[in-house]
Amino acid sequence: MKHHLISTGDLTRDDALLILDTAEELAQVSQRSIKKLPTLRGRTVVNLFFEDSTRTRISFEAAAKRLSADVINFSAKGSSVSKGESLKDTALTLEAMGADAVVIRHSASGAPHRLATWVRGSVINAGDGTHEHPTQALLDAFSIRRRLGRLEGLKIAIVGDVLHSRVARSNVLLLHTLGAEVTLVAPPTLLPVAVETWPCQVSYDLDAVLPKSDVVMMLRVQLERMNAAYFPSAREYSRRYGLDRDRFARLHDDAVVMHPGPMNRGMEISAEVADSPRSTIVEQVTNGVTVRMAVLYLLLGGSEPAIGGAE
Amino acid sequence: MSDARNQARAVLEGPDIHRALTRIAHEILERTRGAENIVLIGIPTRGATLAHRIAGRIAQFEEIKVPVGAIDVTMYRDDLRLRPARPLGRTELPQDGVDGRTVVLVDDVLYSGRTVRAALDALNDVGRPRAVQLATLVDRGHRELPIRADYVGKNLPTSKSEKVKVFLEETDGRDAVVLIKEDDR
Repeated sequence: MKHHLISTGDLTRDDALLILDTAEELAQVSQRSIKKLPTLRGRTVVNLFFEDSTRTRISFEAAAKRLSADVINFSAKGSSVSKGESLKDTALTLEAMGADAVVIRHSASGAPHRLATWVRGSVINAGDGTHEHPTQALLDAFSIRRRLGRLEGLKIAIVGDVLHSRVARSNVLLLHTLGAEVTLVAPPTLLPVAVETWPCQVSYDLDAVLPKSDVVMMLRVQLERMNAAYFPSAREYSRRYGLDRDRFARLHDDAVVMHPGPMNRGMEISAEVADSPRSTIVEQVTNGVTVRMAVLYLLLGGSEPAIGGAE
Repeated sequence: MSDARNQARAVLEGPDIHRALTRIAHEILERTRGAENIVLIGIPTRGATLAHRIAGRIAQFEEIKVPVGAIDVTMYRDDLRLRPARPLGRTELPQDGVDGRTVVLVDDVLYSGRTVRAALDALNDVGRPRAVQLATLVDRGHRELPIRADYVGKNLPTSKSEKVKVFLEETDGRDAVVLIKEDDR
């Protein structure tokens, strides 16, 4: 995977476990009174956000700051990008400023991959189009492991708008690597082409999958991307694919419910389920900072990255 | 050219290590007036094992239960950029923390002193001990920082080309301190 984190598909099982184990140790730091480590002193992390995402940006910012790195936030709005600067020129500018890592969020799938060819520092994909969002998948895996103690052999259902979801793709690849069995549940219109080549099962019927699942991960219905008639009405979608009280009751007692946020309460998940003690939604935010610290440390902490081989 | 490239010689065997730790436990009791208000903090992985062994002996001699913990110093090292990022060790602090207590840091080998410096920094971030002391199973010399140990199992004169390796029952299946001479051809 070179020295970038662009896809969870680039991570070997050992890489992924190293990230999760490192995060496990770093979780303690968030509980102390001094929440800071000197490890990345003098290193610069640039948050390059071409798409609005307050929670991911803040999470990366907190992670970098807890490791004592200098953080530069660069958002496309009101910057040179709105004046028409290309991604390449932006990259060269960052390069000239000496960025050791660039965290990039972009609406175009593949933007981080392109960026990686132009900068010397590490590129961390914080979500590109409908492609991938690797740190979200890592924090989901971390949250599951903390709750259920393992990942190997777990049955995980990922439900909803898979078509537009970078979280789903990253999770399928990562959870498969870590030995979990993933089932995607969605209406046929919200499944991507070639989903049968993904290392997972596919189902159109949520009620059949629920009782067998250890983890149910609800995806946000991306209303802003609903530019075609993917389903007849919000109400019908919610009826068939929303996690409400009745469906929740059919899960077995240890099963947990996840959501990457932000939620559409009442649409894909009911408020009651989202706030139940078996939902990990708040933990996922806390774990996000920890997992991102682990990724930054493993990519930037040493003379060369500890995850993935050379070149 | 040479018949054996690496010559390994055991300088301490099981019983020697046993005796050294017993003596260190006695010295700690003596110097801290009966291990009053002390905490043993080991540096992973073998320092942490040694800390537990010393605590066991103190419990045996004086029937005092001394809190034991471990502190990982990886994130505080000054040589992080010389090698790929390393996996982290376990940090386990005693429930009551280290504030106001005498901390005895425990490590297996004292060499340049850089690990101990990192440990002092790490300790600083988790609390404010009343005092910090240092116990080490082997002191092999060649300090690069003004650091010395309060309790030493064995002073072992070495040359910089040699390696000292500590094996412990709990992690390695046997107790021994081995001096490895590397022929510099």
